[in-house]
Amino acid sequence: MSSRKTLFDKVWDSHVVRSIENGPDVLFIDRHLVHEVTSPVAFLGLKKRGIKVLHPERTFATADHNTPTINQHLPVQDPLSANQLKALEENAAEHNIPYWGLGHEKNGIVHVIGPEAGITVPGATIVCGDSHTSTHGAFGAIAFGIGTSEVEMVLSTQCIMQPKPKRMRINIHGQLNRAVTPKDVALFIISRLTTSGATGYFVEYAGDVFRTMSMEGRMTVCNLSIEMGARGGIIAPDEKTFAYIKDREYTPKGTDWEQAMSYWATLKTDKDAIFDKEVTFNGSDIEPMITYGTNPGMGIGISNDIPHAETVQGGVSTYKKSLEYMDFKEGDAMLGKKIDFVFLGSCTNGRIEDFRAFAEIVKGRKKAPHVTAWLVPGSHRVEEAIRQEGILEILTEAGFELREPGCSACLAMNDDKIPAGKYAVSTSNRNFEGRQGPGARTLLASPLVAAAAAVTGKVTDPRELMALETV
Amino acid sequence: MAYDKFNILKSTAVPLPIENVDTDQIIPARFLKATERKGFGDNLFRDWRYHPDNTPKEHFVLNNPVYSGKILVGGKNFGSGSSREHAAWAIYDYGFRAVVSSFFADIFRNNCLNIGVLPVQVSPEFLQKIFQAIEEDPETTFEISLPDQTITILSTRAQETFDINDYKKENMLNGFDDIDYLLNMEDEIRRFTNELPI
Repeated sequence: MSSRKTLFDKVWDSHVVRSIENGPDVLFIDRHLVHEVTSPVAFLGLKKRGIKVLHPERTFATADHNTPTINQHLPVQDPLSANQLKALEENAAEHNIPYWGLGHEKNGIVHVIGPEAGITVPGATIVCGDSHTSTHGAFGAIAFGIGTSEVEMVLSTQCIMQPKPKRMRINIHGQLNRAVTPKDVALFIISRLTTSGATGYFVEYAGDVFRTMSMEGRMTVCNLSIEMGARGGIIAPDEKTFAYIKDREYTPKGTDWEQAMSYWATLKTDKDAIFDKEVTFNGSDIEPMITYGTNPGMGIGISNDIPHAETVQGGVSTYKKSLEYMDFKEGDAMLGKKIDFVFLGSCTNGRIEDFRAFAEIVKGRKKAPHVTAWLVPGSHRVEEAIRQEGILEILTEAGFELREPGCSACLAMNDDKIPAGKYAVSTSNRNFEGRQGPGARTLLASPLVAAAAAVTGKVTDPRELMALETV
Repeated sequence: MAYDKFNILKSTAVPLPIENVDTDQIIPARFLKATERKGFGDNLFRDWRYHPDNTPKEHFVLNNPVYSGKILVGGKNFGSGSSREHAAWAIYDYGFRAVVSSFFADIFRNNCLNIGVLPVQVSPEFLQKIFQAIEEDPETTFEISLPDQTITILSTRAQETFDINDYKKENMLNGFDDIDYLLNMEDEIRRFTNELPI
């Protein structure tokens, strides 16, 4: 029994407090991340029951979803947003939870700052009232998003009740082509599996492509696991993982580190372990991707034309409704389509590597005059690195400005809304109708594709711009 | 903390034959700024239901007086995307007690079960029968029996069973919630915590 386990099984099983027959498992949660939008009703629930947070030392709070990305030093203008931020600050204080609010040096998007602070470690169970919690799976953790009732469960008992998901492995072998980033890998997988193709599963990513990928890249891939319906995604920890987390604020130190390392070394799928489903792709089949519709599964290689309704999975009427919203036609080429906005940021692509990639393309060029670009670092630490590495100078020179950290236009809860009818090339994670603002039209893509669009004002293959430099 | 008990629900249904209805459609992010759970029903399907000037879009099903009831019937992959429980709250607050589809997104399904809205997953064929029955007669009544785990189109007696695990079924029948269950496990959880390796 002890052999032939998947990595996912090892971590899950070691956290099961009780298994209910023909029911869910009671799963112990090591780390709970809390933000302002999905927590207030949960704290209210605790108040009604007259109980306190059971493990404040396992709980971490930040403000990110509903915060402005300019003038963060000034009072928040929107009274509803200000009230929600105040509620989190008060709840954190009342329950002794560390709170990294607006202006705090550790503030940023919850899924960017968790790994930065070393809250995210291999073998841990991590939850947050946010579906992109799957990001933390990049470190060999079981991490997934939960609803507010479950936030209340974790606050009050440090446990959650969930049926154990099935196991899926996605293998991508070989090498990636030039200008193909982790974002393209994820959009490629989702386009093949659809937005419900992994529902009910927890996905392990394996193969050369993920082995050679940076930690930032792995986070991007795991982040998007939810977009194919998966409960979460996980990648076995390795030397890159350990190098990333060593000496971070919350990671174990000294002999605790040694002890943890010997445990973490066991965190890999056994050779003969069985998955409920397994799919394999070749890395060299992936090209820079872009979406053309209103869910993340509606993506194609950037040089391809928009598919005809008859050739896609799912209902024809739903597909046509989607293209109508985008004002695109079946058979249209994506290349050359005029765009109005570019958004670089989010828990998907708001890390330093994403800003490096963006800068690589815009260096020595100028932002297209008609394009509005919002460049939003995932955290203050990312912002600091952008300055230190000289990326800010490149961006400024090319006519771009840097905003302050937050979720921003990814879900447009704050003022960063794409206007109705406008097209935005966005490095975020969802192109749903109205996601980036009522009536906004989103094209999901990598930071390289976003940069190419920002300087040309239209959908452009980044390889064209990169080729000029290498000639 | 108890919520409504669910036993047998007899009602007409509101059809939404669209696939991949994501939680951003069910409740757009700009309506998530509340710190209490109330009033979300007003913004259910906000941007499908209202024009930017807040006048109703007359073709949207919730604005069509012909359709009403406590059952919402959606296309495949209902509730995908964001984990916001506000989506389930909005559906409940509007007056729905069950959502029927041929496939649900995971987190949305859990959220519904946690607040007492019953997700009823049927086969794609049966879903088509339901849509057809409503199209032919919007007054068609459905019976959802949680004890029997069945959904029946009363006019034709067409019936299908649905899955729910015993634990959740018991909870919904009695209006129990998970937190009460977990709070009763306090000692067991403490022992487990003390034995954690790291």
